[in-house]
Amino acid sequence: MKTIRKEASVGFVESNDALVTVRPNAAGQGVTVGLTSSVKRQYGEHLENLVLETVKAAGYTDVHVEVQDKGAWDYALQARVVAALNRGGAE
Amino acid sequence: MKNKVGRELPEQIYGLKQYRPYEGLFVDPPTPVRMAGRTLRVGRPGANKVLASLEEAIEATGLSDGMTISFHHHFRDGDFVNKLVMTAIAAKGLKDITIATSSLNDCHDFLIDYIEDGTVTAIETSGLRGKLGAYLTKNPGKLKRPVIVRSHGGRARAIESGEVKIDVAFMGVPTCDRFGNATGREGKSACGALGYAMLDSRFAEQVVLVTDNLIEGYVFPYSIPHTDVNYIVPVEAIGDPAGIASGILKITKNPIQLLLAEQAAKVIEYSGYFKPGFSIQLGGGGSALAVGRFIREKMVKQNIKGGFGVGGVTGVFSNLLEEGFFEICYDTQTFDTTAIKSLKENPRHVEMSSSFYANPWSAGPIINNLDVVILGATEVDLDFNVNVITNSNGLLMGASGGHSDIAAASKLSIIVMPLIRGRLPMVRDRVQNIVTPGESVDVVVTDRGIAVNPRRQDLVDNLRKSGLKLMTIEELQALAHRYIGKPKEIALSSDDKDIVAVVEYRDGTLIDVIRKPL
Repeated sequence: MKTIRKEASVGFVESNDALVTVRPNAAGQGVTVGLTSSVKRQYGEHLENLVLETVKAAGYTDVHVEVQDKGAWDYALQARVVAALNRGGAE
Repeated sequence: MKNKVGRELPEQIYGLKQYRPYEGLFVDPPTPVRMAGRTLRVGRPGANKVLASLEEAIEATGLSDGMTISFHHHFRDGDFVNKLVMTAIAAKGLKDITIATSSLNDCHDFLIDYIEDGTVTAIETSGLRGKLGAYLTKNPGKLKRPVIVRSHGGRARAIESGEVKIDVAFMGVPTCDRFGNATGREGKSACGALGYAMLDSRFAEQVVLVTDNLIEGYVFPYSIPHTDVNYIVPVEAIGDPAGIASGILKITKNPIQLLLAEQAAKVIEYSGYFKPGFSIQLGGGGSALAVGRFIREKMVKQNIKGGFGVGGVTGVFSNLLEEGFFEICYDTQTFDTTAIKSLKENPRHVEMSSSFYANPWSAGPIINNLDVVILGATEVDLDFNVNVITNSNGLLMGASGGHSDIAAASKLSIIVMPLIRGRLPMVRDRVQNIVTPGESVDVVVTDRGIAVNPRRQDLVDNLRKSGLKLMTIEELQALAHRYIGKPKEIALSSDDKDIVAVVEYRDGTLIDVIRKPL
């Protein structure tokens, strides 16, 4: 499992997009998600699960993912999360 | 009780009359209703109607606690009159006032303060938006009864039948003479037609005109005659001209709206109604305006001249009139400066009252003769019911407007909307709130496909030849869900004390209630 070394942000708070910020968590704390979203009532649970699964699939742990979403579709959010992790894990 | 659109509704709602459930599009009232009228008063020769201030007008009319006042929404988001009057009423210390207005805009958010201090205790309107809409949705019980949402035709019916009794109508007028003849065609705050004000002026117990252009000469033609006017109050400004009317509303450049408009125009072309003399209503929305452009092209190509247009008139339509594509247009409210100029100069551009336009309880509003209408929607459902009053989070942020009136009366009602807004699918199992029943909706045009109401097999047959992508409404919904998944329903309070508004159908029956979201 990989961890990130520093805080990193990707994306925009724009319609159909999301600003995703990743921060290192303490070792053993696992993956945590914070979500604000214009569609939280309708898709909140789905989006949180999607972020968790995306982080797991990318092979990362001990990371907090903060998402400011304005109605991003799944593929856009996944891409933002992966890009943020890569940026946070980079040398 | 359950109504014909399947909504389970309380038998009795706090502070409101006992409602009949919605039973269908054209249903006679259970007992005959006579037209209501005002108390007749003796006018004295030489009486001076012009008063120095709104405070004086409040005293002169005898406005007191518990009474109902009305406003019109011809100044749209540039209106100052509502605030001027409410400030004067509050300064007088009056309480428990009902505001029965033709609509409310963002500029009326200040009413929150007057609800908080008890000046205003009830609201009846077509539209509710902005901070005021959110405040009222989140705080049921701030008013003594739920907001009553009426369509434009429904409001005309309610006023003429005496269901709404207006004690004093405060009507902003852009130009007025000293007798009280008034028009919206002239003046720095010109708004064009005064279709909503015409009705209030005829039926209110007393009428106060508020103007920023009191002229010494004579107003003619007039929309409000001096015989209906008790007092006139000159003020500095009745509105912000920029908020009252924009320059000509431009055809959208948004590719989705253009696509929707093109598809809607094609639906009209192949519907069977696109014939010489056809009549149409185009609203002021982005797609509806663009439909005007595409229809014009088709009219040129096929050498078809239309009959009449109805509106909500924009420069796009008044230009079609000017060019001879239509014979006449009937106008309740005028949206831009091009259309205002047309109303002033083109004798075929005819002003009408909201009753002439859409009152279901009359020998025939003009829309009863209408072929085609283009309408918007915030969402539709599998039964083709339409919501235009609440958003996906259940907040009041729209207007009933003429939506349900025109959908019912026209031969072909076309709803135009994107299939997905942001990440929200706009075809729902059940719409949050029903304003327009599905039995009056014929076609739903989206950017991903078109659904025809199954009860209109004739239209399905006609549209097969169009090459348009026809789908069932269920297929449209499934397509949206494939892209973005099915959203969770938002939770609403089931407590009847948390009913924030009732939606009346145009005939005064109850079609839905709006409940506070949890």
